[in-house]
Amino acid sequence: MASRRVKITFPEVLVGRPLVYNLGSKFDIVTSIRRADVGAETGWVILELQGDEEEINKAIIWALEQGVRVDPIAGDVIEG
Amino acid sequence: MAFASALHCRECGREYPIEPNYVCDFCFGPLEVTYDYDAIQKAISREKISDGPMDMWRYDDFLPVSRENAVNLGTGMTPLLKADNLGKELGLNNLWIKNDAVNPTYSFKDRVVSVASTKALEFGFETLACASTGNLAGSVAAHGAKAGMKTLVFIPADLEYGKVIGASVYGPTLVTVNGSYDDVNRLCSELADNNPWAVVNINMRPYYSEGSKTLAYEVAEQLGWRAPDHVVAPLASGSLFTKIWKGFNEFAKMGLIDEVTTTMHGAQAVGCSPIAKAYDAGVLHAKPEVPNTVAKSLGIGNPADAYYVLKILKEGGGAAVAVPEDEVGEGMILLAQTEGIFGETAAGVVVSALKRQAEAGVFDPDETVVAYITGNGLKTQEVVASSVQPINIEPNMEAFEAKVNITS
Ligand SMILES: Cc1ncc(COP(=O)(O)O)c(C=O)c1O
Ligand SMILES: [Zn+2]
Repeated sequence: MASRRVKITFPEVLVGRPLVYNLGSKFDIVTSIRRADVGAETGWVILELQGDEEEINKAIIWALEQGVRVDPIAGDVIEG
Repeated sequence: MAFASALHCRECGREYPIEPNYVCDFCFGPLEVTYDYDAIQKAISREKISDGPMDMWRYDDFLPVSRENAVNLGTGMTPLLKADNLGKELGLNNLWIKNDAVNPTYSFKDRVVSVASTKALEFGFETLACASTGNLAGSVAAHGAKAGMKTLVFIPADLEYGKVIGASVYGPTLVTVNGSYDDVNRLCSELADNNPWAVVNINMRPYYSEGSKTLAYEVAEQLGWRAPDHVVAPLASGSLFTKIWKGFNEFAKMGLIDEVTTTMHGAQAVGCSPIAKAYDAGVLHAKPEVPNTVAKSLGIGNPADAYYVLKILKEGGGAAVAVPEDEVGEGMILLAQTEGIFGETAAGVVVSALKRQAEAGVFDPDETVVAYITGNGLKTQEVVASSVQPINIEPNMEAFEAKVNITS
């Protein structure tokens, strides 16, 4: 079992979609929401994904294909 | 002596022991160092600080490690210079430049890395690591060399050669990563979570970022124990900015200076300005973007501390300013040609933001304004290459007199 902590940011057009639900049903992973802020225009969710390393990777790639942004929870880790 | 008492979550307030940890288990919020301020109050005085070493470690009572063990290249106590020429240009009678470009590896990053590497040694780590586009890489490699640690530095594969050399000379294991900025980010973050390394800006981040508070302490002391009326500082992750604010407020809380009424101005370049855009929109959460700016050291599209910066601006009446890309080089040149200081692109961003705010009438002419110059221009020479316009002549007097006309 692996666990990954991610921040997912939604653009306006995707705010209404059941993305977190789909992550948990399309893939063999458990999603748990730690913090979130979803408004009319954009929103973000901080999630823990638990499951097989490979299954988590597949889920993240799928989420990216849906047009959301997936980042490490600590934000960008490359500094100037 | 170190008075750090715990790590506490900036979101939910839960407390954690002083360990290599950066995120709250409960809400995944960022952790920050807290101190036993009653004990600091008893130990601290202006005299004690003044008698300390002439570097950033004179403030170690406010840092999470003490100076006896510090990995110290002689960082800090950099000049605070009265900028009369630039001030005249901008209509400011009390403009000061904090020149942090003269640190051991030529940027303010030495402050944060000095603290992070000291803490990493204390925790027993053998490897010091980071992911960087230049300044941080050089500083980590240098401090690792001094501390006798293994160093591991990740950089994007397309980084300028000058910066690659500036880090490799200190002998780190240098890994260049192929991929988009986001790919490199995700990889480094995963590696950090799964290896026994002290990654200065990830699992050491709560300690690392505390080092930036010394930028506030020094300015307050150098101004004669007071905080300035205005600060202009660059914004990338937003860490430096929030820690300057924290530093002034800690000094006030300990009675070393009066209550802080400083207005904070953050500076970004348009090509990477998530915080300035959120400020303009009046929201507290920045929307991540893909950086595309000449100010590469400020190219953080998803800034970890954006929310805390925006909160300071909202509560203290400050501003976040985005300067057009062509004003970055102009700002560097303006600073060089008025004050004789060659700052990097981040400095160009700061000086141009300062100019914009001055022109907008934000400052009273007699107010004390401090602009932070955080990195050295020798690292980003390409941006001002067009200012090189030599006059070529034959080696005789006639040629000289015919062609050379000395202007100021
Ligand atoms: C020269 C310079 N100035 C300012 C910054 C901004 O620092 P922060 O990420 O703390 O906002 C950086 C690095 O990120 C930098 O290299
Ligand atoms: Zn928390």
